[in-house]
Amino acid sequence: MSSLQSLDIAQRSATTTPSPSVRTSPEVAKLIDVSSCIGCKACQVACMEWNDLRDEVGTNAGTYDNPNDLTPSSWTVMRFSEVEVKRDSTAANQETNLEWLIRKDGCMHCADPGCLKACPSPGAIVQYGNGIVDFISEHCVGCGNCVTGCPFDVPRISKKDNKAYKCSLCSDRVGVGLEPACAKACPTGAIRFGSKEDMLEHGAHRIADLKERGFAQAAVYDPQGVGGTHVMYVLQHGDQPELYHGLPANPKISPLVSLWKGVAKPLAVFAMVGAVAAGFFHYMKVGPVESKEDESEKESA
Amino acid sequence: MKTSTNELQRYDDNTRMNHWVIALLFFLAGLSGLAFFHPSLFFLSGLFGGGTWSRILHPYLGLAMFLSFLGLFLRLKHENMLNSQDKAWLDKAGEMFKGNKAAMPPVGKYNAGQKIVFWLMAGSLLVLLLTGILFWHAWFPFFPVWARRIGVLLHAFSAVVLVLTVIVHVYAAIWVKGTTRAMTRGTVTRGWAKMNHPLWHEEMTRGK
Repeated sequence: MSSLQSLDIAQRSATTTPSPSVRTSPEVAKLIDVSSCIGCKACQVACMEWNDLRDEVGTNAGTYDNPNDLTPSSWTVMRFSEVEVKRDSTAANQETNLEWLIRKDGCMHCADPGCLKACPSPGAIVQYGNGIVDFISEHCVGCGNCVTGCPFDVPRISKKDNKAYKCSLCSDRVGVGLEPACAKACPTGAIRFGSKEDMLEHGAHRIADLKERGFAQAAVYDPQGVGGTHVMYVLQHGDQPELYHGLPANPKISPLVSLWKGVAKPLAVFAMVGAVAAGFFHYMKVGPVESKEDESEKESA
Repeated sequence: MKTSTNELQRYDDNTRMNHWVIALLFFLAGLSGLAFFHPSLFFLSGLFGGGTWSRILHPYLGLAMFLSFLGLFLRLKHENMLNSQDKAWLDKAGEMFKGNKAAMPPVGKYNAGQKIVFWLMAGSLLVLLLTGILFWHAWFPFFPVWARRIGVLLHAFSAVVLVLTVIVHVYAAIWVKGTTRAMTRGTVTRGWAKMNHPLWHEEMTRGK
């Protein structure tokens, strides 16, 4: 929501020069252990409370998801998926288990943020040195391009002010040495927060434990297609992230966004400036095309 | 407008005013849009009261430009149909660039280059309108993300096509002396017509 002096900015939207980068800060991460989540939604409540947001009362769509989707004032939502999963995804045995998978959805804080790349407004989206991606709402012009850049379909545009909103990973708390509100509130320890290194290490322990308990494909979700994320999941079925309410298996910034923003636009600017310059020099070289008026003008005079 | 004996009427007043409305809207929609095209051009948003105001105004300016172009399009469409003579002109287009007017086959009211400019403008404006709607979320918030991604890309692409076409259009008017008065006064000189559009000159002076 706002820029913080206590956090250094590493990347800034629509900015072509480097950000101040003398100081480096360790990368942080939130690790959400889906296998320890009981779906109590304390994290959603903590998020509302800390960020002082109250969503409209909605309607029940037949699942426990409440609200049904991320909104400008609901930055995290528990996604409940009832799925039948093969007991052993590698074996020929077709026997399945009914599983209730609950994933806390929200911004993944990509190392290579598509929203930031797509944003045309200088400084409306920043990435801090610790990896948190934050929307600086007062610089947001409300174009909605961040929505096209996001591989996880996270930003939501407010109907009230047309500005984009999403989880800030409690950058205001992290900036003063606190953990995000959701991590603080989680009663089972399913949400952990710390340095990315520590979270990967903790995740590795959880994976080892899950593998012992028969989840041979358990894995930490830290997708490299977006350079890794600063919100990671421990998934029992790490080979099938789609089971968890369509978590993409290999998220990437759409080439429609990255190529255009990366290469094509500077070339297009060059082409437009070049066309004007070419016209100027063409005129100077060839000279104007003039018509002979003399005879007819004399006749009429 | 009255024409003297040395002048030929090329456009009536309505056509000229229509043209200038489009021209003004082109600059307004174009500058407010370019503000979001590349960070180096974001300063243009200052002309419209900042980034948010540029974002709010741009689609309305673009829509107004499309509608006013539609007026001119319907007036001039028939005269801009490409025909077999245009092929001969295009084969000699290199000579045109060298300023060697004498080498060019005689043309009517519009040469092939002008006709292509006309159709590029019409085509790029249509694409700009259709793709712009895809991500004008203040009014049309319901399009899926994949459609918006394609929309943003094609919108920017056709904007570049339009800007380049307008640069050619404006340059041609500056380069060929005696042209701009067709839009500022509605008339051109007979000498200009004979030189640049001999078949049209013939048509206009036949029986006079």
